[in-house]
Amino acid sequence: MSDWARIYPQLIEATGETLYMVGVAAVLTVVFGVPLGILLTVSAPGALAPRPLLNRFLGLVVNLGRSLPFIILLFLVAPVTRGIVGTTIGSTAAIVPLTIGAVPFLARLVETSLREVAAGKVEAAMSMGARRRDVVRTVLLPEARPSLIAGTTVTVVALISYSAMAGAVGGGGLGDFAIRFGYQQFRTDITLLTVVLLLVIVQALQWAGDHWARRLAHV
Amino acid sequence: MIELTDVRKVFPARRRAGEVVAVDGVSLRVAAGEFAGVVGPSGSGKSTLVRLVNLLERPTSGSVTVDGRVLTDLPDDRVREARRSIGMVFQHFELLDSRTAAGNVEHPLELAGVGRAERRRRAAELLDLVGLGERAEARPAQLSGGQKQRVAIARALAGRPRVLLCDEATSALDQASTASVLELLRRVRSELGLTVLLITHEMAVVKAVCDSAVLLERGRVVDGGRLSEVLTRGHSPLADALLPAPVADAGAGHDGVLLRVTVTDRTPETVVLQTLVGRLELAVEVAGGSVETVAGGRYGRLLLRVTGDLDRLDGALRGLRDDGVLIEAVPRDANPVAATGVDR
Repeated sequence: MSDWARIYPQLIEATGETLYMVGVAAVLTVVFGVPLGILLTVSAPGALAPRPLLNRFLGLVVNLGRSLPFIILLFLVAPVTRGIVGTTIGSTAAIVPLTIGAVPFLARLVETSLREVAAGKVEAAMSMGARRRDVVRTVLLPEARPSLIAGTTVTVVALISYSAMAGAVGGGGLGDFAIRFGYQQFRTDITLLTVVLLLVIVQALQWAGDHWARRLAHV
Repeated sequence: MIELTDVRKVFPARRRAGEVVAVDGVSLRVAAGEFAGVVGPSGSGKSTLVRLVNLLERPTSGSVTVDGRVLTDLPDDRVREARRSIGMVFQHFELLDSRTAAGNVEHPLELAGVGRAERRRRAAELLDLVGLGERAEARPAQLSGGQKQRVAIARALAGRPRVLLCDEATSALDQASTASVLELLRRVRSELGLTVLLITHEMAVVKAVCDSAVLLERGRVVDGGRLSEVLTRGHSPLADALLPAPVADAGAGHDGVLLRVTVTDRTPETVVLQTLVGRLELAVEVAGGSVETVAGGRYGRLLLRVTGDLDRLDGALRGLRDDGVLIEAVPRDANPVAATGVDR
């Protein structure tokens, strides 16, 4: 099995690239997606700070981002990527489309989670003299936390799947590895190995997410 | 302490429904230290009315004054400040599941910027006050309905309010929990000198705790007053709601005369019986009714059937009425239920 010695370091490298792309994109997605989700929630008609026009605009942008197939988005945002990273090739460049693809996805999940917090709890906080930002900080986010963690887990899993596609267009990572070594060289065993590896990563993530969410859920 | 003057709340029309007048020109005055009730059927505007007191709903017109401050004249940020001295308790408790009992009690203190050590101390003190000192670290999910409402009451008292609003505070509770929560409310009212405004659809709750009450129907106050005064009226919408007129079969086949008597602590039924049985030597049968303790006094409505020599009855009734007893003969063919005009 001489070729395993050749393939093995590449597999390690590809795994590292995937974790890097997904990790950084996940952090950025949370940084942008959660506030966007909050904004979507509170600006809705009848919500905490109704801004119907802003709400409709944000909703439109989010829907646009979510309805676009990721592979199309990948090419569409290439100029943006070049503007930010300087190139459209490589793992770092892939982080830009990954983040842009995942932010609307997470934002919608955050919105759904926050909307499920009982209106009565918000009213109770208002009756105690809470400001709107206090309501978001001390009621909406803590009460929705288990559901927010579940949503973030789903988003990160989606990022892993996106990252395989980004890999195919020069981002590196496990997707790229599976295509170059498995598919193009007719090595089904390598393709399967990659699939198993991805499955392990996804499972570990899901388990960690579920565990964390459950620990915080007190209902 | 609480004064609403000609308050109206109109919810604007939505897609299919027209505009809704939830509260229609209500004036209401609750004195300091009073335990006041607002009763009415569902949809009568009670819940909107209580939200107008702390401006969770801004009135469309009219003014709201609490503890000397005209809230309706204040800008939003000052209203938020004022709310800190108005506690509120809800039907479904509205505790945060992400916090412990103590954490929930600390919440309003946190919002008011009280330091951590002081918050801790105050939460422990308040949980002791409501009898849950041992459950400080329990999550709402681990508490019974009655216990949750006790935590909610402790939370409402955290900011040392002078006014406590209760929106159907016992409606989600079973009978035993209802009784203990009401007992707690009365106790904190007298210990802390609070003014309480309680919204409910249950007459039993009003009878158990309130000093005064108003009856709300379709957004309007149709009756009200101190219970000790309301219950000494022969008839009024609120009196009839609190003490339903007794029902008796007044139809044919029965001899004698039906008498309707309103029992109060100043005019107990013994006075009537003394006259009827002792002086007139009539046979008296209780055909219906009840007597109970309300607002610390005995009140009730009785329907008596008297038989025997009725010649001197009219004169005796006049004599009783002169002494302040509410007593009247029910016309023979009248149905005493229909006569009251209220079915409740």
